[in-house]
Amino acid sequence: MDSNAIFEAVQQIFRDNFDDEELVLTRETCADDIEDWDSLEQINLLTAIEKKFGLKFGLADVRDLQNVGDLLDLIERMTA
Amino acid sequence: MQTLEYPFDSGLILQKKRSLKRQLAAQEGLVPKKVAILSGSTIGEIKNILELFLLNAGIQPEFYVGGYALYYENILFDDGSLAAFQPDILYIHTSSKNIVNLPTQADSPQQVEEKFSAECARWQTLWNAAAKFGCPVIQNNFELPGYRLMGSMDAVDTHGHVNFINRLNTMTAEYAAKTPNFYMHDLAYLAASVGLDNWFSPTVWYAYKYAMDTQYIPVLCHSVANIIKSLFGKNKKSVVLDLDNTLWGGVIGDDGPEGIVLGKETPAGMAYSEFQQYLKELSRLGVLLNVCSKNEEEMAKKGFERADSILKLDDFVCFKANWEPKHRNIAAIAQQINLLPDSFVFMDDNPAEREIVRRELPGVTVPELTAPEMYIRALDKAGYFEVTTLSADDKKRNEMYKQNAQRAALEQSFGNYEDYLKSLEMHCEIGAFDQAHAERITQLINKTNQFNLTTRRYTAAEVEALMNDDQYITLYGRLVDKFGDNGIVTALIAHKTAPGEADIDLWIMSCRTFKRQLEHAMFDRLVAVCAEQGIRKINGFYYPTAKNLPVKDFYATIGFEKVAEDEQGNRTFAFTGFDGYQPQCTVMETVLL
Repeated sequence: MDSNAIFEAVQQIFRDNFDDEELVLTRETCADDIEDWDSLEQINLLTAIEKKFGLKFGLADVRDLQNVGDLLDLIERMTA
Repeated sequence: MQTLEYPFDSGLILQKKRSLKRQLAAQEGLVPKKVAILSGSTIGEIKNILELFLLNAGIQPEFYVGGYALYYENILFDDGSLAAFQPDILYIHTSSKNIVNLPTQADSPQQVEEKFSAECARWQTLWNAAAKFGCPVIQNNFELPGYRLMGSMDAVDTHGHVNFINRLNTMTAEYAAKTPNFYMHDLAYLAASVGLDNWFSPTVWYAYKYAMDTQYIPVLCHSVANIIKSLFGKNKKSVVLDLDNTLWGGVIGDDGPEGIVLGKETPAGMAYSEFQQYLKELSRLGVLLNVCSKNEEEMAKKGFERADSILKLDDFVCFKANWEPKHRNIAAIAQQINLLPDSFVFMDDNPAEREIVRRELPGVTVPELTAPEMYIRALDKAGYFEVTTLSADDKKRNEMYKQNAQRAALEQSFGNYEDYLKSLEMHCEIGAFDQAHAERITQLINKTNQFNLTTRRYTAAEVEALMNDDQYITLYGRLVDKFGDNGIVTALIAHKTAPGEADIDLWIMSCRTFKRQLEHAMFDRLVAVCAEQGIRKINGFYYPTAKNLPVKDFYATIGFEKVAEDEQGNRTFAFTGFDGYQPQCTVMETVLL
């Protein structure tokens, strides 16, 4: 899956999770930018991403995720 | 909502929780309940998803969320906030991670025993303290561990954690069996059914301190919500079954009774037989079985005459085999046994029939069915009939509904309704609430919806408190007739307000004894008790719900005057006709207990 397709899929997951079809992500979007993005929702996002891309994140993978860009890079690395 | 019915897609529920909540919260007639969740591990998302399943069961929860891992402190050393919240339900979400006295290999056998006793005492102290909140307590038992130091020996040797947890679960179940208002939630079964390696994720535990993989949170919440809905009388009560390819294989009209697939000869036959066995046991729990099938009635009935048919004709309350549309038959069944459509589960192998019933009778629950060997699972895992209390009446319920069918047949042979009632040779027994009947009375209070003037619900603890309070007048009634004993079917609670005045807080009657003058016998008794206690005025209240419309004018029919009605349709009635009161029940003897 190319970077673009990964981005589109992740954006759709965010839209579903936050119940907001207008939501637009950038690589810099982080938890401060989305009101409901708290630690609880972080887990749901990761679970949904795991399911969508057939991945299983380990402890080390999820430790240093700062923003959407980090998340996209992680997915790209693991699906490569 | 189909998204939340078994078999649901957990991932979808977690992802769409916001929009699902929006849709579910918009329903009408939700019953508000206060639910306290105590935490042994992270519970944030558990609260959110439990809310969806409760909304789906018609319950609008308000939550108290305990501090992280503070289940013990929140209950034993409540700072007053939990008591002030006045929970209707207390759910203690703990897991094996909350066991503090697990043995080590260094312990002597005696030390292991001491640890086990200490662990049991710790939990029982918690549970005894939880009982003080006066509401049902739901407690998880303990899932098996994710690893076993000694392999299989872990279950045998007392040092083994598998052995320790198994014993702890036995203790928990025994405590639940003897403690009213305490309900064990079988977390161990749930974890086993999804698989222990799936249930517990070390990553999720260390990263977020969830003692279970978050993807199974909907499975957990569905299971807990089943207990809660059962406690609040939201269980289904009846199953309507198709015949061909549902209770047996093949089409009886084409293949004949000897040609249908049933019994031990074929794999599919065995699957149908086991499904019949499951249904038979379900009916012994008090779930009413009915047939609705497109068939010639005479031919359809022959299927149950086969020696190897586990279900027999007299296991069914209503038997509709005809060519009418199924939703009309189901509506007729509902009317005949006096239940609302939302008390029914309809099982049919034909997707088109399922769809029509879903569309025409939206209250009826219609599970998806695939192959016959999966029918039991579709019915069982959904938890429609989750058992929380089992009274002697439950086990007799099928019998009682069949007697009602006999009564209906008799009624048709009388021109005059009073003559018919007299021919039933009824008598009733009326008494004040007592310990021996408290469980049945509480159950009746919490599940009666139609003949229910105020729809107030009472916990077991509240019912018991009333018995010893001389400001309260309580009555329950049992009805017996020549066809059998209907059991305890009505209850009334009144309390004294001003001198010489009493308010009726609650008056309920089971729908199976409507129009038998039992309500008159109850009122006659209430008038007598009030007169003895110097009461000269009784106030009655009607609060409308989606289900109790039939009794909106009930008080007016027994001699009350309507004195007020507000915009919501809440009505107030008053009765003062003590002087020269004539008993209204004319068709039976009343035995006072």
